[in-house]
Amino acid sequence: MTVGDHLFRHEAGRMVAALTRIFGIHNLALAEDVVQDAFCRALEVWRIRGMPENPSGWLMATAKNRALDVLRRERRARGFAPELGRLLESEWTLAPTVEQLFGASAIKDDMLRMTFSCCQPRLPEASRVMLVLHILCGFSVGEVAGAFVSRHAAIEKRIARAKKVLAGSQRLFDTGAPADFSARLPAVQRALYLLFNEGYHGACAETAVRAELCREAMRLLALLIEHPLGATPASFALAALMCLDAARLPGRIGPSGDLVPLFEQDRAQWDRSLIAEGLEFLERSASGTELTEYHLEAAIASVHARARLPEETDWATIVSLYDRLLAMRRSPVVALNRAIAVAQNEGPERGLDEIRAIADRERLSAYPFYAAAQGELELRRGRREAANEHFRTAIRLARNPMERRFFERKILSARAGARRTARGRRGR
Amino acid sequence: MSEFTFLYRGRADTTGSPEQRQQHISKWAAWFKELGANGHLKEIGHPLDPAGMVARGSRKIVTDGPFAEAKDIVGGFSVVEAENLAHALELAKGCPILEVEGSVEVRPIQTINM
Repeated sequence: MTVGDHLFRHEAGRMVAALTRIFGIHNLALAEDVVQDAFCRALEVWRIRGMPENPSGWLMATAKNRALDVLRRERRARGFAPELGRLLESEWTLAPTVEQLFGASAIKDDMLRMTFSCCQPRLPEASRVMLVLHILCGFSVGEVAGAFVSRHAAIEKRIARAKKVLAGSQRLFDTGAPADFSARLPAVQRALYLLFNEGYHGACAETAVRAELCREAMRLLALLIEHPLGATPASFALAALMCLDAARLPGRIGPSGDLVPLFEQDRAQWDRSLIAEGLEFLERSASGTELTEYHLEAAIASVHARARLPEETDWATIVSLYDRLLAMRRSPVVALNRAIAVAQNEGPERGLDEIRAIADRERLSAYPFYAAAQGELELRRGRREAANEHFRTAIRLARNPMERRFFERKILSARAGARRTARGRRGR
Repeated sequence: MSEFTFLYRGRADTTGSPEQRQQHISKWAAWFKELGANGHLKEIGHPLDPAGMVARGSRKIVTDGPFAEAKDIVGGFSVVEAENLAHALELAKGCPILEVEGSVEVRPIQTINM
């Protein structure tokens, strides 16, 4: 039995998207019930018979038949998809229509339609990301809470509220209307970017979960790029950014599950084919006149990807890219990353100056890597006491055991450095 | 060696996430594989559709489905070979259905030694 990782999750997303298209967005809860039911039936047979050759086909067929039952039984009692109107009313057209809506290409459209629907302006950005993860990626409320390191009850409330807004919208987003599509596209790109970042930089300690969030974002972005209106330079830039960052994932976690900083990563572990794909996307993103944050972030990632050794990194280019990014997005986190690049290029003192010059740096006070960056630079200029002070702050702010261990190792290595210097002096 | 029927009671869990369900299915596959590898699996048996009908009494009244609670519905059965009832029960304790509040009823298959 070979079944892809997370097959059930992906099927859940596909089934909900297809069923919501048929039942209408106001019947989202009904669609979710039918999916649960399809899983139950599948499980009851599979647990004894084993998984069939084509589990996706089996699940889809079960969901389709359940959908037909519901439509026949309740078409008078409740209104289904207004877009489909008459097609669902007559027995002549019902079955062929449902059959067609469960076809592979129809389901891809449904996934995209649902992604756009989840990114509606009435919802806060974080809720859009959670909805995408919950509805399209098949994460349960508890799993979303785990990924976002939040309390289950808080996330549950949030998702329930967002679903209510979604179900309250008149109809599913129409991906066939070019003007609407282009208007909402930035929100969709942003949600996928945030989903990817949650996996890449987020607070969740479990590396498997984090890598999966990144993969989910990439999977949905691939669907977006397949659509003629979605294949814009900004989408390509976002794809480039994701590929180039994801290429480094294998090197980011050491053998004992510890975080490995960029400079210490074994670059042989970076995924060469993802880097090649990322560079190709970056090239495709270079058409048109629009320069987005994604272009700049992808360009920064490409500089890292091209350097075979950390010492070969073109820091001057990275600093200038951060300058442009900062002009576009005044974020203290971007400014911090820029300061670190300056330190690489011009030495730790200059880096610390830049950190002190960050306009709204008090907003970073709870960000553990803010303290850690200062510690690192203090250490490099030989001020161990000041460095350890910062590392202790970072330990206090650490969001998970992996981060905590990472900062603790910094203090240990600072001590080891001190002992080495002392021994060196005695030896002389 | 004697033969036993394992009756799996309890419907599939309705609250699990897709990921948990996928893991659950893998556990069943692993459990059957182990039973088979150790020579205990006589017949893997069949799943049973919960939507059955019941005929009852001399008046042959037919009713919808077995009127049992979801947890009592027999969802399938297998035939297992074991030394004795205690051994069969030991084997049944490895069944993943126990993790989702289901149960395994172990019944010796009666044989007549002539």
